[in-house]
Amino acid sequence: MTTLLILAIVILLGIAVWQLTKIFDLTQIGSASDDAASQIANNKDNKINGYLAFGFLGFIYVFTIFCLYEYGSFPLMDMAAAEHGKDVDNLMWISMILIFIVQTLTQALLHYFAFKYHGKEGQKALFFSDNDKLEALWTIIPVIVLSALILYGMYAWNNIMFVNDEEEVIYVEVYAKQFGWDIRYSGQDNTLGKANVRFIEGINVVGVDMADPNAQDDIMAKELLLPKGKKVVLKMRSQDVLHSAYMPHFRAQMNCVPGMITQFAFTPSITTAEFRQDEATIKKVNNINKLRMERSQALIAKGEEALDPYEFDYLLLCNKICGASHYNMQAKIVVVEEAEFNQWLKDQTTLGQQIAAEKAANAPKVEEVVEPVLEEAENTVDAEAIAQVVKK
Amino acid sequence: MSAIGHEIVNGHDEHDHHEKGNFLTKYVFSLDHKMIAKQYLITGIIMGIIGGAMSIFFRMQIAWPEESFEVFKWFLGERMAPGGVMKNDAYLALVTMHGTIMVFFVLTAGLSGTFSNLLIPLQIGARDMASGFLNMLSYWMFFISAVLMVSSLFVESGPASSGWTIYPPLSALPQAIPGSGTGMTLWLISMAVFIVSSTMGSLNYVATVINLRTKGMSMTRMPLTVWALFVTAIIGIVSFPVLLSAALLLIFDRSFGTSFFLSDIYLAGEVLHYQGGSPVLFEHLFWFLGHPEVYIVILPAMGITSEVIATNARKPIFGYRAMIASILAIAFLSTIVWGHHMFVSGMNPFLGSVFTFTTLLIAIPSAVKAFNYITTIWRGNLQMNPAMLFCIGFVSTFITGGLTGIILGDSTLDINVHDTYFVIAHFHLVMGISALYGMFAGVYHWFPKMFGRMMNKNLGYIHFWVTAVCAYGVFFPMHFIGMAGLPRRYYSNTAFPLFDEFVEVNVLITVFAIIGGLVQFVFLWNFFSSIFFGKKAPQNPWKSNSLEWTTPVEHIHGNWPGELPVVYRWPYDYSKPGFEEDYAPQNMPMREGEEELQH
Repeated sequence: MTTLLILAIVILLGIAVWQLTKIFDLTQIGSASDDAASQIANNKDNKINGYLAFGFLGFIYVFTIFCLYEYGSFPLMDMAAAEHGKDVDNLMWISMILIFIVQTLTQALLHYFAFKYHGKEGQKALFFSDNDKLEALWTIIPVIVLSALILYGMYAWNNIMFVNDEEEVIYVEVYAKQFGWDIRYSGQDNTLGKANVRFIEGINVVGVDMADPNAQDDIMAKELLLPKGKKVVLKMRSQDVLHSAYMPHFRAQMNCVPGMITQFAFTPSITTAEFRQDEATIKKVNNINKLRMERSQALIAKGEEALDPYEFDYLLLCNKICGASHYNMQAKIVVVEEAEFNQWLKDQTTLGQQIAAEKAANAPKVEEVVEPVLEEAENTVDAEAIAQVVKK
Repeated sequence: MSAIGHEIVNGHDEHDHHEKGNFLTKYVFSLDHKMIAKQYLITGIIMGIIGGAMSIFFRMQIAWPEESFEVFKWFLGERMAPGGVMKNDAYLALVTMHGTIMVFFVLTAGLSGTFSNLLIPLQIGARDMASGFLNMLSYWMFFISAVLMVSSLFVESGPASSGWTIYPPLSALPQAIPGSGTGMTLWLISMAVFIVSSTMGSLNYVATVINLRTKGMSMTRMPLTVWALFVTAIIGIVSFPVLLSAALLLIFDRSFGTSFFLSDIYLAGEVLHYQGGSPVLFEHLFWFLGHPEVYIVILPAMGITSEVIATNARKPIFGYRAMIASILAIAFLSTIVWGHHMFVSGMNPFLGSVFTFTTLLIAIPSAVKAFNYITTIWRGNLQMNPAMLFCIGFVSTFITGGLTGIILGDSTLDINVHDTYFVIAHFHLVMGISALYGMFAGVYHWFPKMFGRMMNKNLGYIHFWVTAVCAYGVFFPMHFIGMAGLPRRYYSNTAFPLFDEFVEVNVLITVFAIIGGLVQFVFLWNFFSSIFFGKKAPQNPWKSNSLEWTTPVEHIHGNWPGELPVVYRWPYDYSKPGFEEDYAPQNMPMREGEEELQH
């Protein structure tokens, strides 16, 4: 209702403005009669709009300051939770400051000139059509600045994207589907078993090829648990459509593409517990909880359930349009100390064990169901072809 | 070359006299470029109203998630908004259609279709386009594609909903999202027809500029508008057919079981038969058009701005040759930067470096253009007509939006802001708002030429200033929520407590959007009422140099009643020392001892 009210007010304001101009026009009719010149800017228009241009510069500045004050905490430009994040954040700060300076200066020039040189009767413009030196100047300055940015950017990009094979890394699979995530750890052998969506069946939700010896010790999870200080290579797959694994706190993102394996590697550098104790995080969480409290009160008044209080966690979001519930495709990422991670890994049952257990639990039933399915799979798709695809 | 053009066109001249025409040949299936320009403009405006309204609707959903609105009941109906609450797939449908309509139907056809048709023949001194028939065909193909696109809004399963980039597999599989059913088929057919229309138009523009320039109109005496429209047409010819191929292959995947873009898919409980294709291939094909497309959108706006700023500053455009060089540089670079949309698509990371390099290079000609505009204003005698204000606004938003391109074009930084609201802020300012400003500037400036009447300047001022404030109000805060990690195309942000802080700013943005949307009605009123009731326009209201203002106010077939004008000078002799008037039209012979500038 309030929105309707706001809309109504805005519409009425619009009508008022329109009526005002009508009146303004009517008062001018006598002076300009039916002359088209009345619709061409005169001295007065030039002056008013010159001042307005200057005023608009003020608006841009004030609005920028307002936004910086209200929303300018830049949560993703400091405290990157991954080691490569420092480079990203540095480059981001450099670019942002550069942009800020150029924006402030050029907008000032543009709007100040618009104000200063607004048309006056009898004023003559300067006939100034070319100046090689000036043009060389503002070609060369961007060239130099951009070269520096390009070089720094490429250096950082190469560091991030090319993983050294000899490094000690952990392989983890991030598997996307409408509308959720599955995580697969490579287990003791640190090798992910081959997989293809054609093997999806029962609890084998990501289609691991259980004939592959490397697959036996793979471990499935719903949350992405990572050790601090160890390089993790995330291998990504998708089951159905394009998704994108976006992990903003780690400055990490990569699309999950059906039919191929993509990857992104990073070294977590701050544990979840440490991140929660950071002052900025505490402030942010408190603020969010305050807002949630207010909203909860409103909800309770309406007879609905209150919202849960918020606790900080690293997030894995989907960032590529993937269907109706794209807006709620999330998973939690937890970073812990390495020892804790290793312990957790040890405590898990492997996929091989899980499948064996399930088979044992309902042995006759499974065979009935599985056999025809397997046969069908063999008929429709050449098993070798699958193996080849998986190899690729 | 212009001699040949002369002959062809004189042929036209003769049947000019018996071209009285009935309603059908004059207003509907017209071969006259001026009428076709008006048809493009009005179709573009209607599409703009549809696309703009959609953006207001989905902004309302973001600001007040899952609330019931009366307007949704009226305009979206029970299917998209049962009980006035927008459904989540309806939200995606609106986002998709908003993007498609604004980019292709408003800013491509509405902008370059209108002004290429109107200005190319008039400004180079031609009687009409090289092929009037092709021109008419091009408009009607565009009209059919617009009808198809709008009709997809009414199909049972809803219009295309996989984003205006229609990445498969989402766009290929109706099981993945309802909009990928009939709605998507209509989308693809509509785009195919659109591309045919655009290619016919572009070929015509290029042929006209090359062949039909009047005597004395050398390439380096052409107004920058014509340069921009000419180069735009070339980019269109180079890149649009690639999208056609992508659309056709996608139709094959959807309807005939091929696997160009699909592989290894398990959906709705079953394995699909697709094997061996790659969605990344589609992304390459799409962005090979998609990126040049933003220059197809922005170059005409730049051309219009160059012309209008010089005219209203009463000052030659600064660095005419540098402006041409930067248009050409932008055109060339635009075809080798598409990969910056795909830094995290899974393509070879080495390509990321390459595309970072080429992308950031584009900042150089863009910077040259921005600085040249500012220098043109410096020490001018600025006539603050509404068109001029929109051009100043263009430079302002082009700078603000363009600068953030330095971040998005850098693969390292793109990792974290890719597909967030930061991207929305960037491209809406640099190509959406800027190109719209260019379009408005063009309409205000050439309205007297199109309709023989003047638009109301005071309504124009209100239109501009409210729009300018709202444009910043909508898109500036989006940078901040984008940098905080909020992804685009989210139906609501309530699923993430992390984003609870943005409830307030989203309301602020939406309020600005609603005001900005409503003030466009001032423009619409001004536009349509001025067609009928505007003050009668004089022949050259803005005291401009270019040739279109030497034609009579009443439109005649063939543009000039007698001989074609002969050109003696470049179009920017404003306030030249030694002249009494502050302008010297292109068809004014050089005075004795006067030297033409070697720009």
